[in-house]
Amino acid sequence: MPMKFPSFRSRRESFPEKMWTRCPSCEEQLFNKQLERSMNVCPSCGHHFRLPAPVRLGQLLDEGTFEERDPGLVSQDPLGFVDQKPYTDRLAAAQLATGLRDAAVWGYGRIEGQRIAILVMDFGFMGGSMGAVTGEKVARAAEGALAEHVPLVIVSASGGARMQEGTLALMQLAKTMGALERLRAAGVPYVSVMSDPTTGGVFASYAVVGDVNLAEPNALIGFAGARVGAGTIGQELPPGFQRTEFLFRHGFIDRIVARPDLRRELAAVLRYLAPQRAEAGRG
Amino acid sequence: MVDRILGRGRDTAATETPPAELTVAEQKARVWSRVQLARNLRRPRTLELLGAMADEFVELHGDRLFGDDEAIVAGLATIGGHRVAVVGQQKGADTEENVRRSFGMPHPEGYRKAMRIMELADRSGLPIVTFVDVPGAHPGPESEERGIADAIARAVGLMTRLRVPIVTVITGEGGSGGALAIAVGDVVLALENAVYAVISPEGCASILWRTTDEAPTAAFAMKMTAQDQLALGVVDEVVPEPSEGAHTDHAETARRLKEVIVRELDRLAAIPVDVLVEQRYRRYRSLGAYTELAGPAPTPQIPPRGGLADRLRGLLEAGQRAMPAPLQVGRRDEPPAREDV
Repeated sequence: MPMKFPSFRSRRESFPEKMWTRCPSCEEQLFNKQLERSMNVCPSCGHHFRLPAPVRLGQLLDEGTFEERDPGLVSQDPLGFVDQKPYTDRLAAAQLATGLRDAAVWGYGRIEGQRIAILVMDFGFMGGSMGAVTGEKVARAAEGALAEHVPLVIVSASGGARMQEGTLALMQLAKTMGALERLRAAGVPYVSVMSDPTTGGVFASYAVVGDVNLAEPNALIGFAGARVGAGTIGQELPPGFQRTEFLFRHGFIDRIVARPDLRRELAAVLRYLAPQRAEAGRG
Repeated sequence: MVDRILGRGRDTAATETPPAELTVAEQKARVWSRVQLARNLRRPRTLELLGAMADEFVELHGDRLFGDDEAIVAGLATIGGHRVAVVGQQKGADTEENVRRSFGMPHPEGYRKAMRIMELADRSGLPIVTFVDVPGAHPGPESEERGIADAIARAVGLMTRLRVPIVTVITGEGGSGGALAIAVGDVVLALENAVYAVISPEGCASILWRTTDEAPTAAFAMKMTAQDQLALGVVDEVVPEPSEGAHTDHAETARRLKEVIVRELDRLAAIPVDVLVEQRYRRYRSLGAYTELAGPAPTPQIPPRGGLADRLRGLLEAGQRAMPAPLQVGRRDEPPAREDV
C-alpha cells in the first residue's frame, strides 16, 4: 500500500536555519557547526545534547555500513486514546518533526569492522516512549542478533512506556525481556548504552540488563520519575539522584563514557565479548 | 483492530461494553468507581485469599542479599490438591501494618525474594501462582539505590523462561512494572473489579493533563478495567466478584478464584513444558498494536535526501568529513524529560 503520510517536506524548510544554540547547562552561545563538530557535546561545559537517532548511528558506526531493518513499523491506536490531543495526532506530529515512524531505529552495521545488530532510540519522537513498535523492534533486533550470532547494542533515550498505548505498552517489557533472555541463553553479548534520559519501563527492562552497561555522563537515569517519587513518598531526594554518576556509584553501570569516546569503548568491549562467545555458541 | 492487536482470538463479546446510552461522563464515573473498588482497604490480599483457598501455606522469607520485604509474601502452598509456589503482594489492613509493608509498594528485595522462590519452584517442578495487587513498585531513593529497575527487569525476564506453569491473578491494583514483575503468566486472570495500567491514573493525568484532578479521565482513557484488559488480550479471563465486591465476602471471592486457578493448573499441567514455554513467549511476543507499511521510510527530515536509509548513509559519509550540516540540534533538544511521554 502506498504511503499516505502528510507531506514530510518539513516545516524546517520554511524557517531560516538556526545558527546558534544556547547550552542549557552553562548558557554559553554555541555556533551550531562547532557543536556538530564536537558531537553535540558543549565544548565549554561538556553538556551532552540529546541526539536524533540518525546522528547517533552516524557517530557510532563505520561509514556506510548501516542496513536498516523493519523501517515500515507504525503504531496503531489500540485504545483510541485521547488526552488533550488524540494519540494519532501526536504520532503524526512526531513523524513530521523527526522524519521517523517511531522512537526507535534498528538494523545491522559495523563498529571498527565488527558486525553488530544495533537499535537506537530517539527522544525527539514522543519522548522516546516505548509502544508496540519500539518493543517489537527491540525484540526483532534481539532475535536478529541471535539468528546472525552478532552482538546486540542498544542506545536508549526514553521517558519510559508510552501511556497512550496503555498496558499494551507495559507488555513490551515482557516482550523485550523474553527476547533478551533467549539471546543471553545463547551466549550472544548485549551491550546497553544509556543516554539522557533513560527512565521508567525502558530502564526497567532492556536498558538495565546489558551484559555491559555504558552510560553518557550526567544523563537522567531512573525508574520512577523524580516528581512521582518525591510526591508519593514526601522524602528529600539525595543530590545527583538518578544521574549517571549516582547509578554508577550504586553499581548499575560499568563505565561512564563521554560521547567522543563511545565508539572506541564500544568497539573495545565488543572485541572481548564477541569472538569467544560466538565460538562457544556455535560449538 | 483488536483482532489485529492480539491475534489470539479472544471472545470480545464477553466484555462489558457500556450501553450506548451512557454518556462519557457516566462511563468515566463507572470506571472510576472500579478503581476505587480495586483500592478498597478491605479487599482481600494474598494472605487472606490463601487463608481461604489453601490447605496449607508455608511462608518463606528474605532475598538472601539484603532483607525481607513484607510488601511481597512468598512461599509454598497446597491449593485444591496442587502443590505450588505462591508469590503475591500484600498491602496492610491498618496503618501499622501498612507502614510495615510499605503500603504494598515492594522494594527491590521484594522482587528478588520473588525471583528466589520462583527459581526454587522451577528447580522443584512446582507450578507458580501469583497474586498481583500493587499501586506500583516503591519509588523512593532507597529503592533506586538498590536497583528497583534491575529487579523488575530480571523478574520479568525470569518469568518468560521458567519451565513450570504460571497462573497469575490480578486481584486489585495492577500498577505498572511493579505488577508485571510478578505477572508474566501462561494465563492471566483478573478479579472483576481489578484494574491494570501502565501508570497510575493520577500519574498519567499529571503528565498528560497537568493536573491529578483528571485522574478519572485518565483512568477511562487508559482502559484499565479488567473487562477492557480482557478485550485487549492482556487478561485471559475475568472472575466475577460476589455481591458488592470482593471486600464484602472474602470467602466467596476465594472460592470462586480457587475454582478457576485449580482448573487452569490442571489444564497447564497437561501441556509439555517446551510447548508451554514457547506459548508463553509467543503470548507476550504478540501483544501490541502496529502495522507494517511497505516501501521506504517516510520522507526524511532533511529535505534534499531520499529515504531514511539514504539519509543515514549520507550522515555516515558526512560523519567522516566531520559531521554534516543541517541537524538542528537546538530545536529538538531539551524538552522536559517526562513531558510528552
